Amino acid sequence: MSAPLKVELVVNDRAVSAEVQGRTSLADFLRDQLGLTGTRLGCEHGVCGACTVLLDGEPARSCIMLAAQADGLSVTTIEAVGGPGGELTEVQQAFCDTHAVQCGYCTSGMVLATEALLERTPDPTEAEIEEALGGNICRCTGYGQIREAVRLAAARTAGGDPEPAEILEVVQRG
Amino acid sequence: MADGWAQVREDRRFVRGQGRYVADIEPPGTTHVGLVASPHAHATITSVDASEALALDGVLCVLTGPELAAETEPLRQYLDLPEVRWRPLADGVTRYAGEWVAAVVATSRAVAEDAAELVDVEYEPLQAVMDPERALEPDAAPVHPAHGTNELVRREFVWGDVDDDFEAADGSVSLRVRWNRNSTVPLETFGVVAAWDRGRDVLDVWASIQMPQFPEQIAGSLGIPLNHVRVHFDVDVGGSYGVKRGIKHAVLAGFLARRVGRPVKLIEDRAENMHGGDFHGPDRIFDVELAHTADGVVTSMRLDVIDDEGAYPGRSPLQLAKPIGSIVGPYTIPSVAYTATAVSTNKTGQVAVRGFGQSPTNYAIESAMDALARELGIDRFELRRRNLIPPDRFPYRIPSGTSYDSGDYQAVLDKAAGLADLPELTARRDHLRQSGLLAGIGVATCLEPGGGNAIFENVMNPANDKTTFPEACRLRIDGTGCVTVVIALSSAGQGHETLVATLAAQELGVNAANVAVARASSLAGLPSQSPVGSRMAIMLGAAVRGAADELKARLVAIGAHQLGVDRTAARYEDGAVVAESGERMEWGELVAIAHRKHHLLPDDLEPGLEAVHVAQVPGGGTLTKPDGTVQMYPTFSFEAHVVLARIDPAIGQVHLDEYAIAHDCGTVINEDVVRGMVLGGVAHGVGVALYERFAFDDGGQPQTLSFVDYLLPSIHEVPQVQTTEHCTPSPLTSRGQKGVGEAGYMGAPAAVASAVNDALAPAGVAIRHVPIGPSDVWTALRATHGVTA
Repeated sequence: MSAPLKVELVVNDRAVSAEVQGRTSLADFLRDQLGLTGTRLGCEHGVCGACTVLLDGEPARSCIMLAAQADGLSVTTIEAVGGPGGELTEVQQAFCDTHAVQCGYCTSGMVLATEALLERTPDPTEAEIEEALGGNICRCTGYGQIREAVRLAAARTAGGDPEPAEILEVVQRG
Repeated sequence: MADGWAQVREDRRFVRGQGRYVADIEPPGTTHVGLVASPHAHATITSVDASEALALDGVLCVLTGPELAAETEPLRQYLDLPEVRWRPLADGVTRYAGEWVAAVVATSRAVAEDAAELVDVEYEPLQAVMDPERALEPDAAPVHPAHGTNELVRREFVWGDVDDDFEAADGSVSLRVRWNRNSTVPLETFGVVAAWDRGRDVLDVWASIQMPQFPEQIAGSLGIPLNHVRVHFDVDVGGSYGVKRGIKHAVLAGFLARRVGRPVKLIEDRAENMHGGDFHGPDRIFDVELAHTADGVVTSMRLDVIDDEGAYPGRSPLQLAKPIGSIVGPYTIPSVAYTATAVSTNKTGQVAVRGFGQSPTNYAIESAMDALARELGIDRFELRRRNLIPPDRFPYRIPSGTSYDSGDYQAVLDKAAGLADLPELTARRDHLRQSGLLAGIGVATCLEPGGGNAIFENVMNPANDKTTFPEACRLRIDGTGCVTVVIALSSAGQGHETLVATLAAQELGVNAANVAVARASSLAGLPSQSPVGSRMAIMLGAAVRGAADELKARLVAIGAHQLGVDRTAARYEDGAVVAESGERMEWGELVAIAHRKHHLLPDDLEPGLEAVHVAQVPGGGTLTKPDGTVQMYPTFSFEAHVVLARIDPAIGQVHLDEYAIAHDCGTVINEDVVRGMVLGGVAHGVGVALYERFAFDDGGQPQTLSFVDYLLPSIHEVPQVQTTEHCTPSPLTSRGQKGVGEAGYMGAPAAVASAVNDALAPAGVAIRHVPIGPSDVWTALRATHGVTA
């Protein structure tokens, strides 16, 4: 086995200096070496998006990227989303409020992809939501409540306080 | 949190990334499993040389099939097939490409995988049989030669005067439909961690499991007493929808943990999950024939199904029995003949999938209803209205002996049509057609049986006389007055903690936010059959009700004693006991007496406030009768789908423009959870209808090894679905609730196929299989005259 490589990067706003094997993926590095297990592995070939992290603020798939490639970059994982006291961001709160979550396995990646979307596009159109989340597979929800979560977070970030009826898809009960 | 927003307690840990899945569990000293998989669909294993692998630094052991087989029992199957032996590692013969042949344990996953590549296995290839009908021919190569045939089971049922009804009919339609092999393919693969505690003689197991009798099967295969196996259920499961049944994984990991004396972790990679895990779903050929009157009333049905189980049947053939419990769908068909055949081929083994065989059957029946409508020139909605069971006929007994509890199918279909604005939708379809596209409206009306008693085991194998499938909870009011409900199952996104807290709060009249939910291990726990078969709202509803009634009776006894009145003269009311006079004893005082003030307790009461209730399936359970009639499920949810599909004839791609579903699962306990289930089930069904298929070449090589080939619907493919709820409460459950875990998926494949075939109707063609890919549409159109493609 080849000699380990030394990497220096920023993970969740903290400088990290570590030795990694050349073949170690960024996802395995985060999970196994740093103990940041909120990053999930779904397909391990870059399709499902469960392993999404932010790399210098942009969504990236940590399963098909080597840890060594993150040298010098800034990585944000789900553990850094929300306040230190457990406060939820608007995006996280909106995912709860619309029940955009079932098994939770895609949720870390979905939340990070949504944070990145709203950071650059605070009031996204439906097409922009689809484009931003098109690489994140959810097998549970059918995406309906996820779409609503994005809209709700956008509305609240813009200072609004919408009622459920203003956000949710047409739902009639009788 | 503002009123009106969702209240699902599990969500708050998941949005923080704080779910605890099996991959996150790593006891000190954990070792890792790498797997050697067969490259052949059928071959004799002539030798295994592990010397190079064993020489690798960090490798602890290499286990082969014969070694494992010598020390364990075969995995449990539910048919009587003594010569069909299913094992975690192939023993002498491999029967599908991807089957595990050897397992390596090493100090890291990477080393385990390196070592697996160094295990040198020699094979002598054998003839593979891949087509289920070919497999049934007498000269077909047998998958299990000692069994003598590829037919695993064949059951024939006739309920009513089928031949006479066909004879007397004005006409009949017949068609063949094919439900190709797919599965639920959760984002989390299956994983298990096993640790053998030598000092206590206990095997600890953490797994991403959704499996009835999981601890029993581990104990049985490993030959250790059940009370030495401790399955931990406080593990979040990253999606399952039926398939997370990793018994072979758990037996293998448990065996290896004992052998190496260290915890062993087996996490499938995606390719192992998709082809080596035995997690494929139903793969069926249906021949359907409907007898009918001139005005489209169906008077009899013949349904013949062949199910390709793959190499190892496990529990999957039982999925041919569940549809018997709703064999006529929501229709008044008075007689039915049903023949079900399970076949072995050299494909990956099958397992239970969402709905346990119901959705493929619904697809077959709905396809036949559409074909009949087209044959008679009757509108498909109208044809269904003429055949739906009227609301005034419930409880309704169907020919196979099952009683449907309640329903108003006409009203739900009307709601779906209204939600979709059917006249407007029809105008849009016609406008699309005029613009040169193909467009069609799809409809499906179907049932979701819920809360079953597992008598499908008896239906397919009379030697199995199980007639119940109980579920339990422990309800505790502690010495400080806090309420805790203990359950003994793992969850895969169904929101069971929210469900149980809500139910307990409703029964006790307390605030759900103050009810804690804990999960016991299998050793500390309670009878549980796991969250399968759309059963938890029904079964936990009954368990919580039973336990709460017991505690409330004790509280009333304490309160009445203190208030000096007879117990019959006091009642429980939202945490207090109230005498007829209006005098009250509050929660805190009642709890204090129960836990700490023996001198104030009535003589016949023990201290403490804790109750376990083991709930029986509503309606009970009796064996299948000699005439083949049976009641397997107590409740029947109903759904009606309306879809608008648009197809570009040049490329054959189907796009779903509109999707509306009206749904009735009786009393809704949590609106957001129910809606999420419906939406998720529709999306899964859209995948089945248009994208998802496990394909093999003629030699048995899998063609879909990754998400690049096996297509899961993304947000681009799943339309924005409108939902509406209707409520006909079940008379059999604690609050009128029915099952919802399989909702949406029950009818979406049928509805989408219906829309595609409506789009193809002007061209005079129909596609009789799912998934329907662009090439299928293109091929169908190319076969017609006057359409260039």
